[in-house]
This record gives sequence, C-alpha cells and structure tokens, in this order.
Amino acid sequence: MNERTSSRLDLALWGILGIAMMAALYLALVDAPRERTMGDLQRIFYFHVAAAIAGLTAFGVNFAASVAYVARRERKWDRVALCAAETGVAFLAIVLVTGPIWAKPVWMVWWTWSPRLTSSLVLCLLYVAYLLVRRYLEDPDRRAMIAAVFGIVAFVDAPLVWFSIRWWRDIHPSPMLESGGIDPAMRPAFWACLAAFELLLVYLLRRRCALEALEEELERLGRLAE
Amino acid sequence: MRRLWAVFRKDLAIELRTKDSLNTMLFFGIVVLVVFHFALRSGEVEARAAAPGVLWVAFAFAGTLGLNRMFAAEKENGCLEGLMMMPADRGVLYLGKMLAGTVFMLAAEAVIFVASLVFFNLEVWGELPWLALVFFVGTLGFTAVGTLLAAVAVNTRMREVLLPVILFPVVLPVLIHAVEATALVLGGADRGELKLPLAVLSVFTVVFGTIAYLLFEHVLED
Amino acid sequence: MIEVRGLAKYYGRQSALRSLDLRIARGDFIALFGRNGAGKTTFLRILAGLARPSAGSCRIAPAAGGAGRETAARTRGRIGYLSHHTSLYPDLTALENLRFFARLAGVPADDAFLAGRIGAVGLAGREREPVRTYSRGMQQRLGIARAFLHDPDLLLLDEPFTGLDQAGADFLKRYLVGARRAGKTCVMALHDAELGHQLASRLVVIDRGTAALDAERDSLPLDAFRARYAAILGPQPPAGGGAS
Repeated sequence: MNERTSSRLDLALWGILGIAMMAALYLALVDAPRERTMGDLQRIFYFHVAAAIAGLTAFGVNFAASVAYVARRERKWDRVALCAAETGVAFLAIVLVTGPIWAKPVWMVWWTWSPRLTSSLVLCLLYVAYLLVRRYLEDPDRRAMIAAVFGIVAFVDAPLVWFSIRWWRDIHPSPMLESGGIDPAMRPAFWACLAAFELLLVYLLRRRCALEALEEELERLGRLAE
Repeated sequence: MRRLWAVFRKDLAIELRTKDSLNTMLFFGIVVLVVFHFALRSGEVEARAAAPGVLWVAFAFAGTLGLNRMFAAEKENGCLEGLMMMPADRGVLYLGKMLAGTVFMLAAEAVIFVASLVFFNLEVWGELPWLALVFFVGTLGFTAVGTLLAAVAVNTRMREVLLPVILFPVVLPVLIHAVEATALVLGGADRGELKLPLAVLSVFTVVFGTIAYLLFEHVLED
Repeated sequence: MIEVRGLAKYYGRQSALRSLDLRIARGDFIALFGRNGAGKTTFLRILAGLARPSAGSCRIAPAAGGAGRETAARTRGRIGYLSHHTSLYPDLTALENLRFFARLAGVPADDAFLAGRIGAVGLAGREREPVRTYSRGMQQRLGIARAFLHDPDLLLLDEPFTGLDQAGADFLKRYLVGARRAGKTCVMALHDAELGHQLASRLVVIDRGTAALDAERDSLPLDAFRARYAAILGPQPPAGGGAS
C-alpha cells in the first residue's frame, strides 16, 4: 500500500470512527433505558466493558505480532507488537478507572478484589512489565526479540491468571454478561460501544505504528548522515 | 542429557564452594518472615491462616535472589558467551539452569520452612510429605518461568533490579495455587482437594517450560 | 566457506557495520584491521553466531544441510571464538573449567587430556588451583586453551594479543602458525600491522563499516601495506600488547 492510499484510508477511518463514537455516546447515554437499581450510573458499563474487550484485542494483536516476529524477524512485527501493547495498556487504564467509579456507589467500596477487576489489574501489570523490559534494552534487534518472547509468555499467562483468580477468589456476584445476559433494550448501546472502541483501537494502532515507522526512518536517515 | 547434567553439576559445584546465593537466599527468606510477623501483627491473626501466604512470599523473594545471582555469575567473565558458543542446543542450558535453580530454591525453602515452624508455632509432622510435594511442584512452576525471565533481566540495562518487577505478575498463578494448596494441607482439608492446584501448577510448569526451552536461545543472542 | 553479503548492524542511530561484503575461503587466514569501534568485534560476534545482523546475510557453509537447531549447534561446534572475555568461572579450578566446557563441547573430558592442554599454555602444576588465584595473563592463557579446546576449523580471535603476557603471546603465535599449516580458517582482529602481516595470508581493513582494503598478503609487502593502512586509518599507533 502506498502512502497516499494509506493516509486516505486513515482519513476515512477517522470519519467512520467519529460517527461511530457519536452514535455510541447517543445510544449509551440517551437511548438505552435507565437501569432499575443503579440508575444512570449503569451507563458507565458500556464504556467499561467495551474498553476491556478492546484492550484484550490489543493484547491478542501483541501476541500474534510477537509470534510473527520470532518466526520471521521482520521489524514491522516488532512495531505492531509495541504499539499494540501500549494501546492495550491505555484501554486497560480506562477499565481500571471506570471500574472503581462504578463500584463505589454500587458496592460501597472503591476497589473490590473481584476476579474481573483483579485480572484486569494483573493483565495491566503484565503489559507494563512488557513495556519496562523494552525500555531497558538498547539494541533494537535484541529488544525486539526479547520483547517478543516476553509478549508470548505474557499472553499465555493471561488465561492462567484469569482462571487462578476466578477459581480461588470468586466470591463476588459476577456482574452482567453471563448472569442472564443483557436486557435486549440495552443491546444496541452495548454493541455500538464495542464497535466504536474496536474501531478506535484499529485507528490508534494504525497511527501509532505509522509514527513508530517514521521514527525508525528518522533513525535510518540519522545513520546515513553520520 | 549429558550436557544438561554438566551445566547442573557446574552450578552446584560453584555454589557448594562459595555458598554465595544459598546464604543470601536463606537469610533474606528469614528476614521476610520476621518482617511479616510485625506487618501482620501476629498473634491477632491466626498463625495457621497467615503462614501459607507468608511462606510463599518468602520463597518467592529468596528464589528471585537465587535466580538473579545464577545469571549474574554467568555474566561476570563473559561465561554466558562461552556457553552459547558450545555445540549444545541452547535449550539445554535453560534446563540445566532451571534444575540448579530449583535445587537451590528447595534447599532454601527447607530452612525457611523450619524457621517458620518456630516463628509461627506450627505443628505439622503428619502433613510433612504433602507439604514437601506442594513445595516441590510450586517451586518447579516458579523456576520454569523464573529462569527464562532471569536471563531476560540480566541482559537489560537494569540488570537484576528488573527481575521481580517482570517475574511476579507472570508467576502470580503459581503463587495463588501454591498458597491455596499449602493452606489446604495446613488446614487439614481432604487430600483430594489438592488435585486441582497441583494439576494447575504442573500444567503451568510444562507450558512455560516448553516455551522457555524453545525460546531461550533467542533471549541470549543479540 | 563463509559468504558475507551487505552485512549491517545498527544500534539505533549508530551503525557498527554498514555494508560489509567478504568471501572467506577454507584455509584463509585473515587479519582484520580498523579503528576502535569500526565494527570488528560486531563482525566477529555475528560470525560466531552470538549476534544477529540487522541487515544482510552471513552464511557459514554447514557440514550438512538444513537450518534447524541441530545444524546450528553442529556449526557452532566447528567455531572457536576467543573474545575479550576469558569465559572462565573464577571459583572453579583450571581443570574443572576445562572439564565443564569439554563436556559441553562433546570432546574427551579425561584429566590426562585436559592437563595436557593446560600444560601447553604453560600452566602445568597449577591446574588444581581456582582460576581466581591466577594472574590476568595466566587467566588469558587458560582462556585460549578453553576457546580452542575442541580443535575448531574456524578460529575467530578478537584482539587476542592485547594484554597477553610473553608466554601467552608465544604460545598463541605458535598455535596460529600450526593452525594455518593444518589448513584451518581464521579471522582475527588486530591493531599491530606488522604482526598481522606476519601471521595472516590475507589483510582486510574495515573503515566506516565496509571493507576498505582486502588484499593477499603475498602481493603486498609490509611497507606497502603500512602505507595503505596509514592512508585509510591514519598513522599506526604504537604497537600494543606483548607482541614483538
């Protein structure tokens, strides 16, 4: 893909993303019915869950790119892995901020060690560790390889973390999703938010990767100028 | 196999001669026990309830020290480079190191555990074989991923400082199951209940052992 | 035997090697010159399989086909790399060190054989003392014995004479002359033009990450080589190391 079509695609994506975000906001904040016990507060759930799923998607991308790097040793996979990890951590930060905001009025505490929240936190720590490892490695080839190995380890670890925490710590009512599912009237808002966040993820990933590619190009030019 | 054994015996020989890591591991483990005594204000909390968690925190810290030391020693004279040049599969280096790390950790755990019996006033004679099994399986899980990440950490600019930061989130499932299994044994629960945590720990060891065996060489190269 | 094409290694904005092309035939004895930081060590590390190139390729003809881990391990078995490090464990004795590496290399690990190797570098009688108690020069000599314990076909040496004592330098020179006669291949990084001219069959000067000079020794007398060397790298620094 050449640069012009690429940037045109980004522009189109930007437009669609804008519309999707507006639609998601409208559906979640206005159109969706008010929840009986939690009231308007429940509306945060749409963004909370959508961010969580987008974050998980990002970590999945990181894993795939890490495997691709180990197999092929092509620089672009390292770029994708880095950008996916950063974006994923950003989305999980949204989850970890919105979680307590919701929990305080509903459960009367800021933080509950509920399996979901705890897993999100550990997942976030795992990928912050990933970014830390990258930060303290200077040689780019070596950084790419070691980061890829850590990315694989982290992603394989994630389900184990989830089941371990769930198995031993599952004392809190597991909210939403599984227990009876979502009320049909809330579904449009839920899916719209999810779609909007996934689009946001794609957009952020593309932009972030483009930036990283530019930085590498700058490095290459710097070497030539030497 | 012969080569794996050679790596293991070499680490053991050095350790027996200098006793650098073991002494530090033991001492640090016991320090952790003492610190926790004050942190938990023991006496108010029932000792048996606190013991599994405290023990595994002490084991994990001691293990982190031991693994770090093992790789720092390889870096000292560029020995790792010499090892990498050998016509052995580099995965074998991982297995040998993991084996040595496990033995060091188990040795340290034995002493830390005895100290905890005294500190926490525990009576556990009947449960000893089961505890040993839990410690063994849990330690394997810890070193399976710990050895790989120690090799990662020692190659970074932060050297040994980085290991706990990157290891603990990854090894959390091991700690959770090991603590719960220890609690089950100390709580006198039905032995059948141990199956699940022990199975999870074994799966963890096998999964990460395999990943590490396959990817270890990539961590060493630059 | 070795084919190097467009080899490059970058460290961020710095490049250790830009684009190195070199064909090394079996039996070539190459002396590699260049400024500090010209990429000599990087090149040797890539040859040794300790580092991956950022771009380009470096092929060592394998004994058997395939590119698996087995083949890679077997290829390593034919390479001996003497780096700046001795790669010895200070708390083990000379004998224990060599025994350990012999086991890994898959060569005989019996005491008589190993003691012979230790004796060859002039350390007979000290083989049961921990390496920690050795002087720097003795450690370096033992390091040479360790690096070439498995009689490799391809010798890689990174400034081997730097800091080496007279006994070590003599041994190493004798060893290299013998290896050359035996038809082994060698790449060694050096500073001393005269010494390189004396030992090598081919002279290569690396500058700005590429090969600036690549000539057969026999076609280039020492004085002519010195002139070319100075033209590329500036005047020869005072001869370093214990080499005469």
